[in-house]
Amino acid sequence: MTSRNRLLIGAAVVAVLVAIVLAVQSMMTPPSDLDLARSKATAGGLYVAAIEPDGGTVVQNELHAWTLTVTTPAGEAVTGATIGVDGGMPQHGHGLPTAPAATELGGGRYRIDGVRFNMSGWWELKFSISAAQGKDDVVFNLSL
Amino acid sequence: MSSSTSRSERRRGFPFAALVALAAGVGLLASCQESEFTEAETATIASLSLDALGPLPPDPSNRYADERLAAAFGATLFFEQRLSRDGNVSCGTCHKIDRQFQDDLPRSVGIAETNRRSMPLADVARAPFLFWDGRRDSLWAQALGPLEDKREHGGTRAGYAHFIGDHYRDRYERIFGALPDLSSVPAAASPLGDDGERTAWAALPAAKQEEVDRVFANLGKAIAAFERSIVHEETRFDRFARVLAAGEEPAGDAVLTEQERYGLRLFVGKAQCVNCHNGPRFTDDHFHNTGVPAVAGLPEDLGRETGAMQVLADPFNCLGRFSDAPAEACGELTFMKAEGPELRRAFKTPSLRGAATRPPYMHSGQIATIEDVVAHYTRAPASDGGTSELVPLKINDRERAALVAFLKTIAE
Repeated sequence: MTSRNRLLIGAAVVAVLVAIVLAVQSMMTPPSDLDLARSKATAGGLYVAAIEPDGGTVVQNELHAWTLTVTTPAGEAVTGATIGVDGGMPQHGHGLPTAPAATELGGGRYRIDGVRFNMSGWWELKFSISAAQGKDDVVFNLSL
Repeated sequence: MSSSTSRSERRRGFPFAALVALAAGVGLLASCQESEFTEAETATIASLSLDALGPLPPDPSNRYADERLAAAFGATLFFEQRLSRDGNVSCGTCHKIDRQFQDDLPRSVGIAETNRRSMPLADVARAPFLFWDGRRDSLWAQALGPLEDKREHGGTRAGYAHFIGDHYRDRYERIFGALPDLSSVPAAASPLGDDGERTAWAALPAAKQEEVDRVFANLGKAIAAFERSIVHEETRFDRFARVLAAGEEPAGDAVLTEQERYGLRLFVGKAQCVNCHNGPRFTDDHFHNTGVPAVAGLPEDLGRETGAMQVLADPFNCLGRFSDAPAEACGELTFMKAEGPELRRAFKTPSLRGAATRPPYMHSGQIATIEDVVAHYTRAPASDGGTSELVPLKINDRERAALVAFLKTIAE
């Protein structure tokens, strides 16, 4: 029993140390299994949303725009939607540094202006989509 | 087997297991810290180098921003002490040309002591928001604030318009066109002045107020044109980063000592400094609550929470009538985060270039030495208001010394 206790305690200490090392690293690096898909179904399955940054690449420390494209699961453009934009850095516990806003471009496309990422790491861009079909949300992960 | 034997074995056994685990853990950490830079670290280091700084973007809100005559006039105005109530204060009083354009004081002193530390001006033209709380959104709008602050220059816009008419009419008119007729404008009048000055301002017709405001804005635009020429100088770190990026061995004035390299590695890694102090200017141009204590005796300072409201209300902002920018060029203001709990006691991330040689630190000079600044960020105290974004870091004395050593390489 004693040697088993020793083993258990030793294992616990190792686990704590490993956890500390991983915690320190996790503050800097996004999880390796992060879903980085730029197109996905919304949480409730009402829509399919896709995002694309202006210029094709994500920039840091510059105000820039994205295009959000919303379709039904059948692929029809969703027009007249009200789009809410939110997001932040889950590992840092803060939101977006700016207040982006959406403008409808037509054909199910929405321009998301005023996006800025002021740090590298794991960012989330969250959209709430309200249209005739109902309200649904989608979260995209970005790794900068 | 007696229970006492068992306890004594546990007492012996526990430290042994812990020591083995500790040694393994320390070995793991040390192997990360001490080895040469990884590919990712090298990329981050390159992103901090002045080589990564692009050309200075235009300022669409200031059509004179890149005019040489305006910059030359702005330089004159910057050092002109008569642009003050007592004739002794210029921009250069608190932004000293031989001291990185700051004044080494915890709180700047114009006509009287202010509540805030003066900021250095290198590459300030790249900042989307000015002042520690971002209460202005252009360099020219920023320059107007101190001119009318009663503890700084203490003058009035009407007084400055008269002064320009009396002493710099030719230089002004060559750049901005004819000065308006000021014969009906009182010697001292401003919407921000004392009772008499505000009354005098209110008595002016709106059209005359606008003419005076435009002269005032133009002074700011000239000063801003000059300030656009104040830039960061290359440091030893920049030379090191250039050589590192080229995959070569640093030599001569590009060498960083082992301690400085260790500090750099901590800076971009475990110490998480680079989260906010990123890019070639070592700033994310954002506002953060980092638990910097309030100064006893000063009024409550909510930082960005107040600054965001002020910049929206500023008649000289990017969307105002004195701005030369079309509304679509005012994205920073339009999409600014104007409210939220994270704005409380959030202050601008200052550049760290040159920081090691310009104590004291923080928005009101709260911390006396660079060593104490590093200690503050590893200790992560709670904020006097709002919530600090910091988390305590396991950084030992040796690591703190290395961070300070690295910071000195971007200050020489």
